[in-house]
Amino acid sequence: MTSFKLSSLKIFAAAVVAMTLAFTAISPAHAEAKKDFKVAWSIYVGWMPWGYAMDNGIVKKWADKYDINIEVVQFNDYIEAINQYTAGAYDGVMATNMDALAIPSAGGVDSTILLICDYSDGNDVIILKGKEDLADIKGQKVNLVELSVSHYVLARALEKIGMSEKDVTVVNTSDADMIAAWSTPDVTAMTTWNPMAAEILAQDDAYNVFDSSELPGEIQDSLVVNTQTLKDNPAFAKAMTGIWYETMALMSADDEAATAAKTAMGEASGTDLAGYEMQLAATEMFYKPEDYIAFTEGNLSELTTFVTSFLFDHGLLGQDATSPGYIGIELADGTVVGDESNVLLRYTTEYAKMAADGEL
Amino acid sequence: MRRLINRRPDVAARFGLMILPFVIVIIAYMVASDARLSVNPNDKLLPGWSTISDAIERMAFQPDQRTGDYLLWSDTLSSLTRLGIGVGIATLIGGIFGILQGLIPYFRASFNAFTSVLSMIPPLAVLPILFIIFGLGELAKVMLVMIGIVPFLIRDLALRTAEIPHEEIIKAQTLGASTWQIIIRIVVPQMLPRLIDGVRLSLGAAWLFLIAAEAIASDSGLGYRIFLMRRYLAMDVILPYVAWITFLAFALDLALRLFQRVAFRWMYRGN
Repeated sequence: MTSFKLSSLKIFAAAVVAMTLAFTAISPAHAEAKKDFKVAWSIYVGWMPWGYAMDNGIVKKWADKYDINIEVVQFNDYIEAINQYTAGAYDGVMATNMDALAIPSAGGVDSTILLICDYSDGNDVIILKGKEDLADIKGQKVNLVELSVSHYVLARALEKIGMSEKDVTVVNTSDADMIAAWSTPDVTAMTTWNPMAAEILAQDDAYNVFDSSELPGEIQDSLVVNTQTLKDNPAFAKAMTGIWYETMALMSADDEAATAAKTAMGEASGTDLAGYEMQLAATEMFYKPEDYIAFTEGNLSELTTFVTSFLFDHGLLGQDATSPGYIGIELADGTVVGDESNVLLRYTTEYAKMAADGEL
Repeated sequence: MRRLINRRPDVAARFGLMILPFVIVIIAYMVASDARLSVNPNDKLLPGWSTISDAIERMAFQPDQRTGDYLLWSDTLSSLTRLGIGVGIATLIGGIFGILQGLIPYFRASFNAFTSVLSMIPPLAVLPILFIIFGLGELAKVMLVMIGIVPFLIRDLALRTAEIPHEEIIKAQTLGASTWQIIIRIVVPQMLPRLIDGVRLSLGAAWLFLIAAEAIASDSGLGYRIFLMRRYLAMDVILPYVAWITFLAFALDLALRLFQRVAFRWMYRGN
């Protein structure tokens, strides 16, 4: 009878090799010139055009023009999309400037904001039950997604009326459960975003006491891409920029095609044309590359410091961070806010300028 | 006979084989972590040992800057309190209803179908209803743990009760025992260790429901911390927390088993 004897060392070695192979499958992608690109997005008013562009051939058209393949993938979970990008599985992701700084940049992934899709102009709201003044929030429990943009809006709002987070108790609540949570008696204060905010504000005892229209330009919903990938593959950046501004031109026009596009985007985000128009009203879209360039070359350095100090106060710049400027942010004109030797987030208008000049 | 099924490892080999899968996983983790860290020293997905031990040091042995609490311990305390109360109430209800359902035909006729149907409802799917009934505070979390495991405990114990040899019940009756005396003197003593078995088996589910409840609305707890840290991919904190939860679950299981051995020594007599 054949022996089953196998040296245990051999079995061990084989097992280690197998496990290592399994683990290295999640190794980061080494950047180099390549043809296939994946970009992750999740449902949000300002990002719906990406889904529309993917479904209606605009992505394919531009990818073909530059002879590459681009896949724009929808995630059901916003944070999971950013985590996948940070881990190296995606080349780009839709994220706010704040989360781009706190997750990929703080995680050592040098990232570039290729373009800003919009900024929140009322989409993020602090809601009180039965009270009409923000100051009444003192001493209350506030339900929100902790460490998210909602948390940032709350901190900035409290700062503006001379209070701080110490005056309230923050209760971390899943965004999917906000509407159900509001209808329970022990929830009296909440910070959330549209479409949940609109649904809650439709109720009689809900009052909008503060919203992001008082923080213009601070919450930027952006397309964030890996800086190395961008350097090695300008075609990818050009295609993405082309896709975006073609879709913007389509939806901002005043014709039937625009209405059809916005209806499709509204339905894809679980509402209808009217609901989507309402969300758009609370969002400052950058329909034209010129709008984006003007904004990005404006007072961005000041807006950025609000975000970095919030992140630093909450320990989100990493445990080694010694000051809000620990991670350097390079602005479009090349100046750096924060530590110049540790630049991990960059703004660029290079490709938007090509779009503005019709050179794409 | 020389067959694989007849070959047994000796003590040393058994220990080695037991350790082997753990060692493989740890080595594979180290290799993969090194590979990622050599590309990006700040990588968050598979942090190195020193990053992990810094995180443990920070969470367990240094007071939090904002609250002054030692986070790991305050999280553990709030999670174990919720789990303890939830499982405790569930055990009590499961014990009472299980025995009655297994022993009393009228009770069984009324509740058997009901608990069977109840046990098929996935509690996480009816979370919004639980919120509206119990609010978003501690009560909701305890209730989710309880509702999650009670149907299983009742059904398990009812089956065990029905398995008591009918001869024993007849014998007790010929000796003049009333229903109450049969429950107290014959059924309960035999069912308590079975109930502990049931609790041990449902602890995994209880942890699942606890962490789900903490993920949805909370300001402390092991599940709360994991889901909060997940927001910025702080695996250096999440991995030790996962290991700690695993250890706590293992320790609880062990404690219940030891308690069962000490408190119900008769069960182990004869073997």
